[in-house]
Amino acid sequence: MKIGNRMLWLLLFLAALAPFLWLVFLAQGGGLGPDPARELMHFTGEWALYLLAFTLCLTPMRRLGLWSRALRYRRMMGMFAFFYGCLHLLGFAQLYVGWSGALIAEELLERPYILAGFLGWLFMLPLAITSTRGWQRRLGRKWVSLHKLVYPAAIAGVVHVFWQARSDIGEALLYVAIVTVLLAYRLVLRLRTESQRRAQTA
Amino acid sequence: MASRFKIPHIASSEITSETAYFNRRELIKVAGMAAVPTALAGCSSAESAETPLDFAAAGDAGAGFTTSEALTPEGDVKSYCNFYEFGTDKGDPAKYASEMTTDPWSIEVDGMVNKPGKLNLEDIMGFELEERIYRFRCVEAWSMVVPWIGFPLYKLLEKFEPTSDAKYVEFRTLYRRSEMRGTRSFTNIIDWPYREGLRMDEAMHPLTLMAVGMYGKTLPNQNGAPIRLVVPWKYGFKSIKSVVQIRLTSKQPDTSWQALAASEYGFYSNVNPEVDHPRWSQRYERRLPSTLLNPNRIPTQKFNGYEEQVGALYAGMDLSKYY
Repeated sequence: MKIGNRMLWLLLFLAALAPFLWLVFLAQGGGLGPDPARELMHFTGEWALYLLAFTLCLTPMRRLGLWSRALRYRRMMGMFAFFYGCLHLLGFAQLYVGWSGALIAEELLERPYILAGFLGWLFMLPLAITSTRGWQRRLGRKWVSLHKLVYPAAIAGVVHVFWQARSDIGEALLYVAIVTVLLAYRLVLRLRTESQRRAQTA
Repeated sequence: MASRFKIPHIASSEITSETAYFNRRELIKVAGMAAVPTALAGCSSAESAETPLDFAAAGDAGAGFTTSEALTPEGDVKSYCNFYEFGTDKGDPAKYASEMTTDPWSIEVDGMVNKPGKLNLEDIMGFELEERIYRFRCVEAWSMVVPWIGFPLYKLLEKFEPTSDAKYVEFRTLYRRSEMRGTRSFTNIIDWPYREGLRMDEAMHPLTLMAVGMYGKTLPNQNGAPIRLVVPWKYGFKSIKSVVQIRLTSKQPDTSWQALAASEYGFYSNVNPEVDHPRWSQRYERRLPSTLLNPNRIPTQKFNGYEEQVGALYAGMDLSKYY
């Protein structure tokens, strides 16, 4: 069965939105338990990371011939990663520090894992802004360079999680492994093209 | 497989002999995997095996024995727990702690005491019980108000006659891999059994409680059945659960969290908004239950509001050094 591009786009859109709808449903019905602040923070942070990792999977999937249409959905997935990242940040401001500037400053300065998380969001911000076709045209080749910020964003996200692991580091290690594989794949590819280029010019 | 905790009406020695008991464990092992699915099916958190207790009502507010603050609903205290022996998710203990056998149970008391010995479950339940309504502040910046039932730790310690060399008290939680799935995790980095400690004067303080129940009934497994420590002016992780060993020592004992990250978890771990923690700001706490629209953030009090009662224990100490 062949699913049309638009249909698949819609399915992926709904799939990426589903966690948010589930969160709203849980929050409405008290399903987040006695400490919904913490639940919301974990949930949104995890989904930001899942979707960022998924976005980073798309290019390798196309290259490896697993999914030729993968790149069509890259922007949407990246935007959803940013969306959950924004919810995470808003949750932090509202639920953890109550919009107190002094507390936010203190958290960023004294808790490096929070700074790492904030940097991850900050790296995604210009990518989200310049994700339109208009910006893509205007920036030309610079757009490609700019969007390499997705790599430090993913690294910052993983550092943010790993720094918080306390007694059971299993989940954090899994994130590290996934992002390491995805970044290593690109590094290997790059090293190979460079050595090929050198071989050709020699 | 998961025998639920009940107060025995006859001495436990009359119920099952030790050898029969261990044979029973062997039998279960042989029955093996066939029994597992049914055992798991029986581990619903809704299951309630707590037995009502006889106790004296919470009294002296001046001594910190009670508070007029609203109690955290019992369901929240039972469902939102840190008991890493059963997993690191807040809901794990409620799901899996019923796999822990709490009867028979005994606490070994040794070290610098004149009369080392053992307290069996019926000895433990034989103490005169009283209710204490305490604030409970977790280092993760959330807090609850819980009506515990128990007896002061000093009453237990006095039975064993601590010697003058006893300066500290070390506690250990049960460590039974077969019944505690969190301890079987490959990526867990806690060195079991879980260990905690108090200085002798802290241990002898009237606020320091050995709890055997809450909300009028015996403790649910996930909250530390059959007996746990409650030290209301310290972060929750000091209030060690399901205690099987109490040792009096002359040297400050190592604690599990200290061994893992000494810069984060000190021996004292008194609740203190002025002493910051590398992970969580300790200035505020979310008093549970909280909601998204009203997170119920309140300023954290020094010594969790028990400064009047316990401040003197730390007179002259630099609390940012002895955190």
